[in-house]
Amino acid sequence: MPTEAPISIYIHIPWCRSRCGYCDFNTYVLPESERRQTQDPYLQALVAELRASANRATNQVTTVYFGGGTPTLMDSADYALILDTIADLYDLADDAEITTEANPETLTPAHCEQIRATGVNRLSMGMQSASERVLRTLDRPHTLGRVRKAVGWARQAGFENLSLDLIYGTPGETMEDWLVCLDEAIDLQVEHISAYSLIVEENTPLARRIAAHEVDDVDEDDVADKYICADERLSAAGFEWYEVSNWARPGYECRHNLAYWHCDSWLGIGAGAHSYDGRYRWWNPRHPLTYVSEINSRTTPAKASDRSDLIPATPSDSTENREELTETQIRMEKVMLGLRLVEGVEADLLTESELKRVDPYLESGHLVRRGSSLACTLQGRLIADGIVREILD
Amino acid sequence: MTYSPGSTDPSAIRNFSIIAHIDHGKSTLADRMLQLTGVVDERTMRAQYLDRMDIERERGITIKSQAVRLPWEVDSTPYVLNMIDTPGHVDFTYEVSRSLAACEGAVLLVDAAQGIEAQTLANLYLALEADLTIIPVLNKIDLPGAYPDKYAAELAHVIGCKTSDVLRVSAKTGDGVEHLLDEIVRQIPPPQGEANAPARALIFDSVYDSYRGVVTYVRVVDGELNHRERILMMSTKATHEVLEVGVISPEPTKADALGVGEVGYLITGVKDVRQSRVGDTVTTSNKPAKDALAGYRHPKPMVYAGIYPIEGSDYPVLREALEKLQLNDAALVFEPETSAALGFGFRVGFLGLLHMEIIRERLDREFNLDIISTAPNVVYRVLTEDGVEHTVMNPSEFPNGKIAQIFEPIVKASVLAPAEFIGTLMELCQQRRGTQTGMDYLCEDRVELHYVLPLAEIVFDFFDNLKSRTKGYASLDYEDAGEQESELVKVDILLNSETVDAFSAIVHKDKAYNYGVEMASRLRKLIPRQQFEVPIQAAIGSRVIARETIRAIRKDVLAKCYGGDITRKRKLLEKQKEGKKRMKMVGRVEVPQEAFVAALSTGESEKK
Repeated sequence: MPTEAPISIYIHIPWCRSRCGYCDFNTYVLPESERRQTQDPYLQALVAELRASANRATNQVTTVYFGGGTPTLMDSADYALILDTIADLYDLADDAEITTEANPETLTPAHCEQIRATGVNRLSMGMQSASERVLRTLDRPHTLGRVRKAVGWARQAGFENLSLDLIYGTPGETMEDWLVCLDEAIDLQVEHISAYSLIVEENTPLARRIAAHEVDDVDEDDVADKYICADERLSAAGFEWYEVSNWARPGYECRHNLAYWHCDSWLGIGAGAHSYDGRYRWWNPRHPLTYVSEINSRTTPAKASDRSDLIPATPSDSTENREELTETQIRMEKVMLGLRLVEGVEADLLTESELKRVDPYLESGHLVRRGSSLACTLQGRLIADGIVREILD
Repeated sequence: MTYSPGSTDPSAIRNFSIIAHIDHGKSTLADRMLQLTGVVDERTMRAQYLDRMDIERERGITIKSQAVRLPWEVDSTPYVLNMIDTPGHVDFTYEVSRSLAACEGAVLLVDAAQGIEAQTLANLYLALEADLTIIPVLNKIDLPGAYPDKYAAELAHVIGCKTSDVLRVSAKTGDGVEHLLDEIVRQIPPPQGEANAPARALIFDSVYDSYRGVVTYVRVVDGELNHRERILMMSTKATHEVLEVGVISPEPTKADALGVGEVGYLITGVKDVRQSRVGDTVTTSNKPAKDALAGYRHPKPMVYAGIYPIEGSDYPVLREALEKLQLNDAALVFEPETSAALGFGFRVGFLGLLHMEIIRERLDREFNLDIISTAPNVVYRVLTEDGVEHTVMNPSEFPNGKIAQIFEPIVKASVLAPAEFIGTLMELCQQRRGTQTGMDYLCEDRVELHYVLPLAEIVFDFFDNLKSRTKGYASLDYEDAGEQESELVKVDILLNSETVDAFSAIVHKDKAYNYGVEMASRLRKLIPRQQFEVPIQAAIGSRVIARETIRAIRKDVLAKCYGGDITRKRKLLEKQKEGKKRMKMVGRVEVPQEAFVAALSTGESEKK
């Protein structure tokens, strides 16, 4: 990494017990025995990749994020292996934010405690909905009761930073369902809530069911209404909005995710993970087995003892797996991501012609000027992508 | 003994056309005649030898006619047959009439499984008016579905001959074709003309050839035309030197001259068919004829449409393409036009719908141009109360002031169909503001309906409707019948209070409301939601007659944007920005090209 700025590390754990119908993430369902078999080489590859990357990154690591998949399918020892590797090779900050995504059905009181003991200090739990009907449409195996319990166990284990993921706009979800869901989530007194409108991704079972008219398509007007409700209720409960789909109690904004949105440097470790150093973006093979064999071929050269051989034939050397961003693209991403945030973008990032196109949005109340920056209002947040499309040269 | 061009005894000449409907086998019959007379051998024979353009061969129709000289002997006496091909469609009636004027006889060729069609009937009437000898022939008698007796009776009834006079052939197998050639010699009279009079030759076709310039097809009536002679075009008064004369047999063959009654071609080095117009009379400049042959008419476009390139940068290419097409198409006219909605393009005049379709297809196929064309419209004569007369070729030219009178072109149409469809056809013609002028039974179960219809009512989707209502059995022919005064209004379509000129239409006042409602609702479905609410209005002047609203888009933001999503999202944004360039802006409203194309496409309204 060329800069001295702190970095964030993302670790991808690509397994799930079952596949949800709406999900298009890079994740795989394997029988338990097979998972154990593939998991060990995969974990070794993660460690190898961390080693290889450490050679290039001397910056302080301020956040670590285990995402998936279902990282909580891992044992606490697996967490420990990875976190110890990071602590060994990198300058891991004392107050680093270390998050793991967690599916309620994979958590037990003991598991919570063991994971907490490895240094993980933030849990982001996939609650999705309070309605069993909605959870069924989403193919989520858990129930609201399990979420309540899991939150309790996590608190008991000493987690002081909990987040819940919610999904709204699911076919069949009424406004009433959504309001109940929000109230339940608020009731659980967590620090952070992400609320995502359901995205129907191509080639998912849900997309096929919609195409076959088995379930209704997502209604964008309904989704807009639900977004406004979410903002109202969450604000009233003391959460502050800080990114399109994220609300937090003051001081509990997700630092890892903010690193993405602030265009900071981040290392993505694991199958399909992306990395960014402020100029280059590169990414790993999507499939875990391909990933493992690529990492192995990089890191098992003839002279394995020679540390310099551990430097990967850097992923950034192959144009297939990386891109170099032009100044225009870097600026484009800054505006695109900045307008998703409460602080918005610095107005001097925009050209004169772009600022001219900003004016109508200031008038219509979609954008607002705060000091030297421009940010979306509630109405603006709903069409933030359209605004970016419209104003950029 | 054979005759050579320039010295053919007129008494040995037979000039004839084949009148037939599309698909009734004219080209196949012509092929068979070429083979039997020996001018084309088996090896060089290609199906439909005479139809040269790709579109013609694919669509099985003839657009440009040709003339072939065929040797034939009857009772050991040599004859020269000139077969003059005629275009087979309603838009080219005038060209057909000139081809027929170059003949003394015509073969009326009818499919023995289908009977006579409206255009064939119309062309037959043209031939009868020109006093041509008609030889009725039933084709495809070898087909299992053929009813030769039934249709022989129909033909006999129409022409007024005996059923036994109707010849029967199969152009496909060649059966009966030799006999037909003999009958052409026997029945059709030889041409009459004065060999010593000043030369007069009728132009019945002219074709642009990129190597040789314009090739003009003529039938010599009086005198003769010689190689290297200076000739005079009587309507344009232009003189040219004859660089080449010759006959087609079936490839062009040079000759020294063309004499009385002969049919052949002239090349003068002219580069533009408009200097060699169909129907004009060719004479010599040192001994010019006093009177031109009767019947010359300047081609008059009946239908206009705006043609625009989808890519604005293609405008010069479009201009060049139209100029090239014009070299070979004297009836095609165009002038530059600007539309607020569609940008720079041309207002193009056509003889009719098929002509328009052919031009559009050739622009696409031969010039690889993506075009949008506006709905076709006719030419209106509008008198304003201040006494000024306006010629309106485009709805946007419709005057704003107080209108005193509006005149629209009308046509005499004849529709031929099985009698069971009379009801549905009358209903259709009624809807299209038609007035019935008569009805004839051709035989027990086939009827010919006569209507006077506003041309505007048939240029849009009348023909498609006619076909779909009669399971494809009806056929249509129409001819110019002047104009009539009508209560017409201009309906404008406004998007976010801005008139979209491409959607303005001149319609009858009783249909204005329907047009407005239809167009507004169609656009509401075609135009994507914008960041603001967009009203769509249909209005006559300042009076709004229909209104729809495209609601503002409520949500346009990706819920998740982490790690790998960022590249994906940026690439999508880059793609969308590129896509925006293909949007047309109407005021602040972005309208996708596809919406214009779909909204302007014909027939859409009727399908619902």
